[in-house]
Amino acid sequence: MMAMPQETSGAVQETYSIETHNLSLWYGDFQALHAVSVRIRSGLITSLIGPSGCGKTTLLRCLNRVNERYGNVTTTGDIRVLGKNIYDEDVSLVELRRCVGMVFQRPNPLPISIYENVVFGLRIHTPAAQLSRSVLDEAVETSLKEVLLWDAVKDKLKKRATGLQLEQQQKLCIARLMPLKPQVVLMDEPCSALDARGTEAIEDLMSILGKRFTIVIVTHNMAQARRASEECIYMYMGKIVEHGTTLDVFLRPRNKETENYVEGRYG
Amino acid sequence: MNWRRIGESAMESLIRLCGVSAVLFVFGILIFVFREGQDFMFNRLDFGEFFTQIAWRPTAEPPTYGALALISGTVGVTLVAMALAIPFGLGTAVFLSEFCSWRWKEALKITIELLAAIPSVVWGFIGITLMNELVIYITHVPVGVNVLNAGIILALMSVPIIVSIGEDALKAVPDGYREAAEALGATRWEVVYKVLFPAAKNGLLAAVLLGVGRAVGETMAVLMATGHSIRLIFDGQAPFFHPLYPGRTLTATIAAELGETSKGSDHYQVLFVIGLLLFVITFVINFSADLIVRGIRKE
Repeated sequence: MMAMPQETSGAVQETYSIETHNLSLWYGDFQALHAVSVRIRSGLITSLIGPSGCGKTTLLRCLNRVNERYGNVTTTGDIRVLGKNIYDEDVSLVELRRCVGMVFQRPNPLPISIYENVVFGLRIHTPAAQLSRSVLDEAVETSLKEVLLWDAVKDKLKKRATGLQLEQQQKLCIARLMPLKPQVVLMDEPCSALDARGTEAIEDLMSILGKRFTIVIVTHNMAQARRASEECIYMYMGKIVEHGTTLDVFLRPRNKETENYVEGRYG
Repeated sequence: MNWRRIGESAMESLIRLCGVSAVLFVFGILIFVFREGQDFMFNRLDFGEFFTQIAWRPTAEPPTYGALALISGTVGVTLVAMALAIPFGLGTAVFLSEFCSWRWKEALKITIELLAAIPSVVWGFIGITLMNELVIYITHVPVGVNVLNAGIILALMSVPIIVSIGEDALKAVPDGYREAAEALGATRWEVVYKVLFPAAKNGLLAAVLLGVGRAVGETMAVLMATGHSIRLIFDGQAPFFHPLYPGRTLTATIAAELGETSKGSDHYQVLFVIGLLLFVITFVINFSADLIVRGIRKE
Protein backbone atom coordinates (compact mmCIF):
# COMPACT_ATOMS: atom_id res chain seq x y z
CA MET A 1 0.00 0.00 0.00
CA MET A 2 2.48 2.60 1.10
CA ALA A 3 5.42 3.27 -1.11
CA MET A 4 8.54 4.26 0.73
CA PRO A 5 10.13 7.43 -0.54
CA GLN A 6 13.17 6.90 -2.66
CA GLU A 7 16.34 8.59 -1.72
CA THR A 8 16.89 11.04 -4.48
CA SER A 9 19.52 13.30 -3.04
CA GLY A 10 22.32 13.10 -0.53
CA ALA A 11 20.66 15.30 2.10
CA VAL A 12 17.95 12.92 3.17
CA GLN A 13 16.76 13.05 6.75
CA GLU A 14 16.57 9.76 8.52
CA THR A 15 14.30 10.75 11.37
CA TYR A 16 10.55 10.87 11.36
CA SER A 17 8.48 13.45 13.23
CA ILE A 18 5.22 11.67 12.78
CA GLU A 19 4.50 7.98 12.46
CA THR A 20 1.08 6.41 12.33
CA HIS A 21 0.46 2.71 12.49
CA ASN A 22 -2.83 1.14 11.43
CA LEU A 23 -4.67 4.35 12.16
CA SER A 24 -8.40 4.02 11.57
CA LEU A 25 -10.99 6.60 12.38
CA TRP A 26 -14.77 6.70 12.42
CA TYR A 27 -17.15 9.66 12.58
CA GLY A 28 -20.11 7.87 14.10
CA ASP A 29 -20.64 4.96 11.69
CA PHE A 30 -18.69 6.46 8.83
CA GLN A 31 -15.12 5.24 8.51
CA ALA A 32 -12.95 8.13 7.33
CA LEU A 33 -9.51 6.52 7.68
CA HIS A 34 -8.65 2.90 6.90
CA ALA A 35 -5.55 1.50 8.61
CA VAL A 36 -3.32 4.38 7.67
CA SER A 37 0.37 3.77 8.26
CA VAL A 38 2.60 6.62 7.32
CA ARG A 39 5.94 8.08 8.33
CA ILE A 40 6.55 11.77 7.86
CA ARG A 41 10.13 12.96 7.78
CA SER A 42 11.48 15.58 10.11
CA GLY A 43 12.37 18.98 8.76
CA LEU A 44 10.60 18.57 5.44
CA ILE A 45 7.40 19.97 4.02
CA THR A 46 5.02 17.13 3.28
CA SER A 47 1.84 17.76 1.36
CA LEU A 48 -1.34 15.72 1.64
CA ILE A 49 -3.33 15.67 -1.59
CA GLY A 50 -6.39 13.85 -2.81
CA PRO A 51 -9.98 14.46 -3.84
CA SER A 52 -12.51 15.98 -1.44
CA GLY A 53 -13.56 13.61 1.30
CA CYS A 54 -10.49 11.39 0.93
CA GLY A 55 -9.54 11.84 4.58
CA LYS A 56 -6.55 14.15 4.23
CA THR A 57 -7.90 16.82 6.57
CA THR A 58 -9.05 14.12 8.98
CA LEU A 59 -5.56 12.63 9.04
CA LEU A 60 -4.07 16.07 9.64
CA ARG A 61 -6.47 16.82 12.46
CA CYS A 62 -5.57 13.54 14.16
CA LEU A 63 -2.00 14.62 14.58
CA ASN A 64 -2.74 17.18 17.30
CA ARG A 65 -5.94 15.42 18.41
CA VAL A 66 -8.04 18.44 17.49
CA ASN A 67 -10.43 15.93 15.89
CA GLU A 68 -11.63 15.03 19.35
CA ARG A 69 -13.57 18.27 19.55
CA TYR A 70 -16.31 16.48 17.67
CA GLY A 71 -17.93 14.17 20.16
CA ASN A 72 -18.58 11.12 17.99
CA VAL A 73 -15.04 10.28 16.88
CA THR A 74 -13.54 6.81 17.41
CA THR A 75 -9.87 6.20 16.70
CA THR A 76 -7.87 2.97 16.67
CA GLY A 77 -4.19 2.42 15.97
CA ASP A 78 -1.13 4.39 16.96
CA ILE A 79 0.04 7.90 16.28
CA ARG A 80 3.55 8.73 17.34
CA VAL A 81 4.55 12.36 17.24
CA LEU A 82 8.20 13.08 18.00
CA GLY A 83 8.54 9.49 19.13
CA LYS A 84 5.72 9.60 21.64
CA ASN A 85 2.36 7.88 21.27
CA ILE A 86 -0.07 10.77 21.60
CA TYR A 87 -2.83 8.51 22.90
CA ASP A 88 -0.76 7.45 25.92
CA GLU A 89 -2.33 8.20 29.27
CA ASP A 90 0.47 10.52 30.34
CA VAL A 91 0.30 12.75 27.25
CA SER A 92 -0.89 16.24 28.05
CA LEU A 93 -3.10 17.66 25.35
CA VAL A 94 -1.86 21.13 26.26
CA GLU A 95 1.76 20.11 25.77
CA LEU A 96 1.00 18.18 22.57
CA ARG A 97 -0.59 21.26 21.06
CA ARG A 98 2.37 23.39 22.05
CA CYS A 99 4.67 21.08 20.07
CA VAL A 100 2.27 20.64 17.17
CA GLY A 101 0.92 23.96 15.94
CA MET A 102 -1.93 24.30 13.50
CA VAL A 103 -2.96 26.77 10.81
CA PHE A 104 -6.53 26.55 9.60
CA GLN A 105 -8.30 26.87 6.30
CA ARG A 106 -10.10 30.04 7.30
CA PRO A 107 -7.75 32.52 9.02
CA ASN A 108 -8.97 32.50 12.61
CA PRO A 109 -7.20 35.17 14.65
CA LEU A 110 -8.84 35.54 18.04
CA PRO A 111 -11.09 38.58 18.54
CA ILE A 112 -8.50 40.29 20.73
CA SER A 113 -5.65 42.64 19.85
CA ILE A 114 -2.88 41.70 17.44
CA TYR A 115 -0.44 41.82 20.34
CA GLU A 116 -2.52 39.50 22.51
CA ASN A 117 -2.98 37.09 19.62
CA VAL A 118 0.76 36.64 19.29
CA VAL A 119 1.35 36.13 23.00
CA PHE A 120 -1.78 34.02 23.53
CA GLY A 121 0.16 30.77 23.49
CA LEU A 122 2.91 32.15 25.72
CA ARG A 123 0.39 33.22 28.33
CA ILE A 124 -1.15 29.76 28.33
CA HIS A 125 2.05 27.78 28.50
CA THR A 126 4.20 29.98 30.74
CA PRO A 127 3.63 30.97 34.36
CA ALA A 128 2.61 34.62 34.52
CA ALA A 129 5.55 35.46 36.75
CA GLN A 130 7.99 34.70 33.94
CA LEU A 131 6.21 36.93 31.46
CA SER A 132 7.53 40.40 31.98
CA ARG A 133 6.51 43.16 29.63
CA SER A 134 9.86 43.03 27.84
CA VAL A 135 9.65 39.27 27.26
CA LEU A 136 6.22 39.67 25.71
CA ASP A 137 7.21 42.70 23.64
CA GLU A 138 10.19 40.89 22.29
CA ALA A 139 8.19 37.77 21.45
CA VAL A 140 5.70 39.90 19.54
CA GLU A 141 8.35 41.72 17.56
CA THR A 142 10.37 38.61 16.71
CA SER A 143 7.35 36.55 15.74
CA LEU A 144 5.82 39.23 13.57
CA LYS A 145 9.16 39.87 11.87
CA GLU A 146 9.52 36.17 11.15
CA VAL A 147 6.26 36.13 9.25
CA LEU A 148 7.06 39.44 7.53
CA LEU A 149 4.14 41.20 9.15
CA TRP A 150 5.94 43.51 11.58
CA ASP A 151 6.21 46.55 9.32
CA ALA A 152 2.54 46.42 8.40
CA VAL A 153 1.19 46.19 11.93
CA LYS A 154 3.82 47.61 14.26
CA ASP A 155 1.83 50.82 14.74
CA LYS A 156 -1.47 49.11 15.46
CA LEU A 157 -0.58 46.25 17.76
CA LYS A 158 -3.41 47.22 20.10
CA LYS A 159 -5.98 47.04 17.32
CA ARG A 160 -8.26 44.07 16.93
CA ALA A 161 -6.73 41.29 14.88
CA THR A 162 -10.02 40.50 13.20
CA GLY A 163 -9.83 43.83 11.36
CA LEU A 164 -6.76 42.85 9.33
CA GLN A 165 -6.83 41.74 5.70
CA LEU A 166 -7.20 37.98 5.23
CA GLU A 167 -3.63 37.51 4.14
CA GLN A 168 -2.37 39.40 7.17
CA GLN A 169 -4.72 37.43 9.39
CA GLN A 170 -3.27 34.17 8.12
CA LYS A 171 0.26 35.44 8.66
CA LEU A 172 -0.72 36.40 12.18
CA CYS A 173 -2.07 32.89 12.72
CA ILE A 174 1.35 31.57 11.77
CA ALA A 175 3.09 34.20 13.88
CA ARG A 176 1.23 33.20 17.01
CA LEU A 177 2.73 29.70 16.77
CA MET A 178 6.27 31.09 16.79
CA PRO A 179 6.68 31.95 20.48
CA LEU A 180 5.80 28.35 21.36
CA LYS A 181 8.62 26.99 19.22
CA PRO A 182 6.62 24.05 17.86
CA GLN A 183 8.44 21.17 16.18
CA VAL A 184 5.61 20.36 13.84
CA VAL A 185 3.22 22.73 12.08
CA LEU A 186 0.03 21.38 10.53
CA MET A 187 -1.58 23.45 7.80
CA ASP A 188 -5.09 22.76 6.61
CA GLU A 189 -5.46 24.39 3.18
CA PRO A 190 -3.92 27.58 4.56
CA CYS A 191 -4.31 29.49 1.29
CA SER A 192 -7.77 28.47 0.17
CA ALA A 193 -9.33 31.69 1.50
CA LEU A 194 -6.60 33.89 -0.03
CA ASP A 195 -6.03 35.40 -3.44
CA ALA A 196 -3.01 34.65 -5.62
CA ARG A 197 -0.83 37.29 -3.98
CA GLY A 198 -1.73 36.07 -0.50
CA THR A 199 -1.07 32.48 -1.52
CA GLU A 200 2.35 33.43 -2.78
CA ALA A 201 3.15 35.24 0.45
CA ILE A 202 2.17 32.25 2.57
CA GLU A 203 4.13 29.87 0.36
CA ASP A 204 7.21 32.07 0.64
CA LEU A 205 6.77 31.97 4.37
CA MET A 206 6.52 28.19 4.32
CA SER A 207 9.76 27.88 2.44
CA ILE A 208 11.50 30.08 5.01
CA LEU A 209 9.96 28.38 8.02
CA GLY A 210 10.20 24.89 6.52
CA LYS A 211 13.85 24.86 7.49
CA ARG A 212 12.89 25.01 11.15
CA PHE A 213 9.86 22.79 11.51
CA THR A 214 8.31 19.73 10.06
CA ILE A 215 5.38 21.03 8.04
CA VAL A 216 2.42 18.95 6.94
CA ILE A 217 0.11 20.77 4.57
CA VAL A 218 -3.23 19.68 3.22
CA THR A 219 -3.97 21.25 -0.13
CA HIS A 220 -6.47 21.05 -2.92
CA ASN A 221 -4.16 22.96 -5.14
CA MET A 222 -1.88 20.55 -6.92
CA ALA A 223 0.33 23.26 -8.27
CA GLN A 224 0.87 24.35 -4.69
CA ALA A 225 1.77 20.83 -3.57
CA ARG A 226 4.25 20.68 -6.39
CA ARG A 227 5.76 24.10 -5.74
CA ALA A 228 5.86 24.09 -2.01
CA SER A 229 6.40 20.56 -0.73
CA GLU A 230 9.31 18.15 -0.70
CA GLU A 231 7.34 15.01 -0.03
CA CYS A 232 3.83 14.24 -1.12
CA ILE A 233 1.18 11.82 0.07
CA TYR A 234 -1.73 10.97 -2.18
CA MET A 235 -4.83 9.74 -0.38
CA TYR A 236 -8.01 8.23 -1.73
CA MET A 237 -11.07 6.94 0.14
CA GLY A 238 -9.39 7.09 3.53
CA LYS A 239 -6.27 5.21 2.42
CA ILE A 240 -2.76 6.21 1.50
CA VAL A 241 -2.27 5.42 -2.15
CA GLU A 242 1.18 6.81 -2.71
CA HIS A 243 3.87 8.48 -0.66
CA GLY A 244 7.13 9.68 -2.10
CA THR A 245 9.14 12.72 -2.97
CA THR A 246 6.96 15.33 -4.60
CA LEU A 247 8.86 14.98 -7.82
CA ASP A 248 8.31 11.24 -7.96
CA VAL A 249 4.63 11.49 -7.14
CA PHE A 250 4.06 14.04 -9.85
CA LEU A 251 6.44 12.83 -12.54
CA ARG A 252 6.77 9.12 -11.95
CA PRO A 253 3.67 8.01 -10.03
CA ARG A 254 3.68 4.28 -9.41
CA ASN A 255 -0.02 3.99 -9.09
CA LYS A 256 -2.52 4.53 -11.87
CA GLU A 257 -4.95 6.35 -9.54
CA THR A 258 -2.26 8.78 -8.48
CA GLU A 259 -1.38 9.44 -12.07
CA ASN A 260 -4.98 10.12 -12.98
CA TYR A 261 -5.35 12.52 -10.08
CA VAL A 262 -2.13 14.49 -10.46
CA GLU A 263 -2.78 14.87 -14.15
CA GLY A 264 -6.15 16.33 -13.32
CA ARG A 265 -8.31 13.61 -14.82
CA TYR A 266 -10.53 13.70 -11.76
CA GLY A 267 -10.67 15.24 -8.28
CA MET B 1 -55.95 51.25 -11.00
CA ASN B 2 -52.99 49.29 -9.80
CA TRP B 3 -54.22 47.39 -6.75
CA ARG B 4 -50.94 45.66 -6.26
CA ARG B 5 -49.14 48.92 -5.84
CA ILE B 6 -51.76 50.25 -3.43
CA GLY B 7 -51.57 47.04 -1.38
CA GLU B 8 -47.81 47.30 -1.35
CA SER B 9 -47.75 50.87 -0.09
CA ALA B 10 -50.49 50.18 2.46
CA MET B 11 -48.47 47.28 3.81
CA GLU B 12 -45.37 49.42 3.89
CA SER B 13 -47.04 52.17 5.92
CA LEU B 14 -48.47 49.56 8.29
CA ILE B 15 -45.01 48.14 8.92
CA ARG B 16 -43.63 51.64 9.32
CA LEU B 17 -46.34 52.37 11.88
CA CYS B 18 -45.40 49.24 13.85
CA GLY B 19 -41.80 50.38 13.77
CA VAL B 20 -42.42 53.83 15.18
CA SER B 21 -45.13 52.72 17.60
CA ALA B 22 -42.55 51.70 20.18
CA VAL B 23 -41.24 55.27 20.21
CA LEU B 24 -44.81 56.62 20.46
CA PHE B 25 -45.61 54.36 23.40
CA VAL B 26 -42.48 55.26 25.31
CA PHE B 27 -43.08 58.96 24.88
CA GLY B 28 -46.80 58.54 25.53
CA ILE B 29 -46.15 56.84 28.86
CA LEU B 30 -43.48 59.35 29.81
CA ILE B 31 -45.79 62.27 29.03
CA PHE B 32 -48.66 60.68 30.96
CA VAL B 33 -46.56 60.00 34.05
CA PHE B 34 -45.07 63.47 33.85
CA ARG B 35 -48.49 65.15 33.46
CA GLU B 36 -49.95 63.39 36.47
CA GLY B 37 -47.08 64.38 38.72
CA GLN B 38 -45.82 67.68 37.34
CA ASP B 39 -48.09 70.10 39.26
CA PHE B 40 -46.94 68.77 42.61
CA MET B 41 -43.35 68.25 41.48
CA PHE B 42 -42.83 71.84 40.35
CA ASN B 43 -45.00 73.71 42.85
CA ARG B 44 -44.98 71.92 46.19
CA LEU B 45 -42.32 69.17 46.23
CA ASP B 46 -39.18 69.93 48.19
CA PHE B 47 -36.49 68.07 46.23
CA GLY B 48 -34.03 68.44 49.10
CA GLU B 49 -36.42 66.60 51.35
CA PHE B 50 -37.31 64.03 48.68
CA PHE B 51 -33.77 62.93 48.07
CA THR B 52 -32.24 63.31 51.54
CA GLN B 53 -34.93 62.53 54.10
CA ILE B 54 -35.94 59.12 55.34
CA ALA B 55 -39.41 60.02 56.58
CA TRP B 56 -42.04 58.90 54.06
CA ARG B 57 -45.34 59.95 55.72
CA PRO B 58 -47.61 61.05 52.89
CA THR B 59 -50.75 60.61 55.03
CA ALA B 60 -49.48 62.34 58.19
CA GLU B 61 -50.38 65.91 59.07
CA PRO B 62 -48.29 67.70 57.88
CA PRO B 63 -47.15 65.06 55.31
CA THR B 64 -43.44 64.45 54.66
CA TYR B 65 -42.12 63.05 51.40
CA GLY B 66 -38.61 61.75 52.05
CA ALA B 67 -37.84 59.04 49.53
CA LEU B 68 -34.25 58.29 50.51
CA ALA B 69 -35.15 55.06 52.31
CA LEU B 70 -37.16 53.89 49.30
CA ILE B 71 -34.29 54.67 46.95
CA SER B 72 -31.88 52.84 49.23
CA GLY B 73 -34.30 49.91 49.28
CA THR B 74 -34.37 49.69 45.49
CA VAL B 75 -30.58 50.05 45.24
CA GLY B 76 -29.97 47.54 48.03
CA VAL B 77 -32.31 44.87 46.69
CA THR B 78 -30.87 45.30 43.20
CA LEU B 79 -27.31 44.99 44.52
CA VAL B 80 -28.04 41.77 46.36
CA ALA B 81 -29.90 40.38 43.37
CA MET B 82 -27.10 41.20 40.95
CA ALA B 83 -24.35 39.95 43.25
CA LEU B 84 -26.10 36.58 43.12
CA ALA B 85 -27.61 36.58 39.64
CA ILE B 86 -24.61 37.76 37.59
CA PRO B 87 -22.15 35.02 38.57
CA PHE B 88 -24.85 32.40 38.73
CA GLY B 89 -26.51 33.42 35.47
CA LEU B 90 -23.29 33.81 33.48
CA GLY B 91 -21.98 30.56 34.95
CA THR B 92 -25.10 28.75 33.83
CA ALA B 93 -24.88 30.35 30.39
CA VAL B 94 -21.26 29.18 30.02
CA PHE B 95 -22.15 25.70 31.23
CA LEU B 96 -25.04 25.43 28.80
CA SER B 97 -23.17 26.65 25.78
CA GLU B 98 -19.73 25.13 26.38
CA PHE B 99 -19.64 22.24 28.81
CA CYS B 100 -22.98 20.54 28.69
CA SER B 101 -24.00 17.53 26.62
CA TRP B 102 -26.73 18.12 24.10
CA ARG B 103 -29.39 16.17 25.97
CA TRP B 104 -28.72 17.91 29.28
CA LYS B 105 -28.75 21.23 27.54
CA GLU B 106 -32.28 20.81 26.23
CA ALA B 107 -33.59 19.69 29.62
CA LEU B 108 -31.86 22.53 31.44
CA LYS B 109 -33.01 25.19 29.01
CA ILE B 110 -36.62 24.14 29.33
CA THR B 111 -36.37 24.18 33.11
CA ILE B 112 -34.77 27.60 33.15
CA GLU B 113 -37.40 28.98 30.81
CA LEU B 114 -39.98 27.60 33.22
CA LEU B 115 -38.30 29.58 35.96
CA ALA B 116 -38.97 32.72 33.90
CA ALA B 117 -42.61 31.80 33.50
CA ILE B 118 -43.41 31.73 37.22
CA PRO B 119 -45.65 34.74 38.03
CA SER B 120 -44.01 37.29 40.29
CA VAL B 121 -46.74 36.99 42.91
CA VAL B 122 -45.80 33.34 43.30
CA TRP B 123 -42.20 34.38 43.84
CA GLY B 124 -43.41 36.81 46.49
CA PHE B 125 -45.33 33.99 48.10
CA ILE B 126 -42.20 31.85 48.20
CA GLY B 127 -40.38 34.82 49.73
CA ILE B 128 -42.88 35.20 52.54
CA THR B 129 -43.06 31.51 53.39
CA LEU B 130 -40.11 29.34 52.41
CA MET B 131 -37.39 31.97 52.04
CA ASN B 132 -38.53 33.69 55.23
CA GLU B 133 -37.95 30.49 57.21
CA LEU B 134 -34.63 29.90 55.48
CA VAL B 135 -33.34 33.40 56.17
CA ILE B 136 -34.35 33.17 59.82
CA TYR B 137 -32.79 29.73 60.14
CA ILE B 138 -29.48 30.74 58.57
CA THR B 139 -28.98 34.28 59.84
CA HIS B 140 -30.92 34.15 63.13
CA VAL B 141 -32.71 37.45 62.52
CA PRO B 142 -36.17 37.77 64.07
CA VAL B 143 -37.92 38.58 60.78
CA GLY B 144 -36.99 36.83 57.58
CA VAL B 145 -38.66 39.12 55.08
CA ASN B 146 -35.92 41.63 54.36
CA VAL B 147 -33.63 42.97 51.66
CA LEU B 148 -31.64 39.74 51.52
CA ASN B 149 -34.78 37.71 51.05
CA ALA B 150 -36.10 39.96 48.28
CA GLY B 151 -32.64 40.06 46.69
CA ILE B 152 -32.49 36.27 46.50
CA ILE B 153 -35.98 36.11 45.02
CA LEU B 154 -35.10 38.81 42.48
CA ALA B 155 -31.88 36.99 41.62
CA LEU B 156 -33.88 33.86 40.84
CA MET B 157 -36.15 35.96 38.65
CA SER B 158 -33.28 37.64 36.80
CA VAL B 159 -31.23 34.48 36.22
CA PRO B 160 -33.38 33.14 33.36
CA ILE B 161 -32.96 36.42 31.45
CA ILE B 162 -29.21 36.50 31.99
CA VAL B 163 -28.91 32.81 31.07
CA SER B 164 -30.92 32.92 27.89
CA ILE B 165 -29.41 36.13 26.49
CA GLY B 166 -25.93 35.20 27.71
CA GLU B 167 -26.17 31.77 26.13
CA ASP B 168 -27.26 33.30 22.83
CA ALA B 169 -24.27 35.63 22.96
CA LEU B 170 -21.84 32.76 23.58
CA LYS B 171 -23.46 30.60 20.93
CA ALA B 172 -22.98 33.41 18.41
CA VAL B 173 -19.19 33.27 18.84
CA PRO B 174 -17.83 31.48 15.74
CA ASP B 175 -16.54 27.99 16.47
CA GLY B 176 -13.30 28.84 14.68
CA TYR B 177 -12.25 30.92 17.70
CA ARG B 178 -12.68 27.99 20.06
CA GLU B 179 -10.84 25.70 17.69
CA ALA B 180 -7.99 28.18 17.25
CA ALA B 181 -7.53 28.57 20.98
CA GLU B 182 -7.74 24.85 21.67
CA ALA B 183 -5.22 24.13 18.94
CA LEU B 184 -2.86 26.54 20.70
CA GLY B 185 -3.18 24.42 23.81
CA ALA B 186 -5.85 26.32 25.73
CA THR B 187 -7.98 24.29 28.11
CA ARG B 188 -11.73 24.64 27.87
CA TRP B 189 -11.85 27.05 30.78
CA GLU B 190 -9.07 29.15 29.23
CA VAL B 191 -11.08 29.23 26.03
CA VAL B 192 -14.03 30.57 28.00
CA TYR B 193 -12.35 33.42 29.81
CA LYS B 194 -9.63 34.33 27.33
CA VAL B 195 -11.60 34.02 24.11
CA LEU B 196 -15.34 33.73 24.60
CA PHE B 197 -15.70 36.47 27.22
CA PRO B 198 -13.89 39.07 25.11
CA ALA B 199 -15.66 37.90 21.97
CA ALA B 200 -19.13 37.95 23.51
CA LYS B 201 -18.75 40.84 25.91
CA ASN B 202 -21.41 43.00 24.24
CA GLY B 203 -24.01 40.30 24.45
CA LEU B 204 -23.03 39.34 27.98
CA LEU B 205 -23.23 42.97 29.08
CA ALA B 206 -26.66 43.25 27.51
CA ALA B 207 -27.70 40.13 29.40
CA VAL B 208 -26.52 41.58 32.70
CA LEU B 209 -28.17 44.95 32.13
CA LEU B 210 -31.49 43.41 31.18
CA GLY B 211 -31.21 41.44 34.40
CA VAL B 212 -30.59 44.69 36.31
CA GLY B 213 -33.56 46.25 34.55
CA ARG B 214 -35.75 43.40 35.66
CA ALA B 215 -34.52 43.72 39.24
CA VAL B 216 -35.08 47.50 39.40
CA GLY B 217 -38.55 47.31 37.91
CA GLU B 218 -39.90 44.23 39.68
CA THR B 219 -42.73 45.11 42.05
CA MET B 220 -44.98 42.40 43.37
CA ALA B 221 -42.33 39.97 44.59
CA VAL B 222 -40.34 42.67 46.37
CA LEU B 223 -43.50 44.17 47.85
CA MET B 224 -44.12 40.83 49.51
CA ALA B 225 -40.56 39.79 50.36
CA THR B 226 -38.82 42.96 51.57
CA GLY B 227 -40.84 43.50 54.72
CA HIS B 228 -42.12 46.83 53.42
CA SER B 229 -40.70 48.90 56.20
CA ILE B 230 -39.22 52.33 55.69
CA ARG B 231 -35.65 52.00 56.73
CA LEU B 232 -32.27 53.03 55.35
CA ILE B 233 -30.35 50.01 54.09
CA PHE B 234 -27.13 51.97 53.86
CA ASP B 235 -25.64 53.98 56.72
CA GLY B 236 -22.39 55.14 58.22
CA GLN B 237 -21.98 52.10 60.42
CA ALA B 238 -19.83 49.22 59.25
CA PRO B 239 -20.48 47.27 57.13
CA PHE B 240 -22.40 50.26 55.63
CA PHE B 241 -24.83 47.96 53.85
CA HIS B 242 -27.35 45.97 55.85
CA PRO B 243 -29.13 43.37 53.76
CA LEU B 244 -30.70 41.86 56.87
CA TYR B 245 -32.80 44.99 57.51
CA PRO B 246 -36.30 44.94 56.19
CA GLY B 247 -36.74 47.62 53.55
CA ARG B 248 -39.05 49.02 50.95
CA THR B 249 -38.54 49.80 47.29
CA LEU B 250 -39.80 52.58 45.03
CA THR B 251 -41.90 50.22 42.96
CA ALA B 252 -43.51 48.54 45.94
CA THR B 253 -44.45 51.95 47.37
CA ILE B 254 -46.36 52.88 44.24
CA ALA B 255 -48.11 49.53 44.10
CA ALA B 256 -49.07 49.57 47.76
CA GLU B 257 -50.25 53.18 48.01
CA LEU B 258 -51.68 54.27 44.69
CA GLY B 259 -55.00 52.51 45.26
CA GLU B 260 -55.58 54.36 48.51
CA THR B 261 -55.04 57.87 47.21
CA SER B 262 -57.65 60.15 45.73
CA LYS B 263 -56.91 61.11 42.16
CA GLY B 264 -55.04 64.40 41.89
CA SER B 265 -54.11 64.63 45.57
CA ASP B 266 -50.52 65.41 46.59
CA HIS B 267 -50.00 61.79 47.66
CA TYR B 268 -51.28 60.59 44.27
CA GLN B 269 -48.99 63.00 42.49
CA VAL B 270 -45.88 62.20 44.49
CA LEU B 271 -46.29 58.54 43.53
CA PHE B 272 -46.09 59.65 39.91
CA VAL B 273 -42.94 61.56 40.73
CA ILE B 274 -41.53 58.25 42.00
CA GLY B 275 -42.62 56.69 38.73
CA LEU B 276 -40.72 59.39 36.89
CA LEU B 277 -37.65 58.69 39.00
CA LEU B 278 -37.83 54.98 38.11
CA PHE B 279 -38.15 56.01 34.50
CA VAL B 280 -34.99 58.09 34.78
CA ILE B 281 -33.09 55.26 36.51
CA THR B 282 -33.92 52.71 33.81
CA PHE B 283 -33.21 55.28 31.12
CA VAL B 284 -29.77 55.94 32.58
CA ILE B 285 -29.03 52.21 32.82
CA ASN B 286 -30.05 51.58 29.21
CA PHE B 287 -28.32 54.65 27.91
CA SER B 288 -25.04 53.87 29.65
CA ALA B 289 -25.26 50.29 28.42
CA ASP B 290 -25.62 51.66 24.94
CA LEU B 291 -22.61 53.91 25.40
CA ILE B 292 -20.50 51.09 26.79
CA VAL B 293 -21.40 48.79 23.94
CA ARG B 294 -20.69 51.55 21.43
CA GLY B 295 -17.34 52.19 23.08
CA ILE B 296 -16.45 48.53 22.88
CA ARG B 297 -17.42 48.40 19.24
CA LYS B 298 -15.26 51.34 18.32
CA GLU B 299 -12.18 49.78 19.91
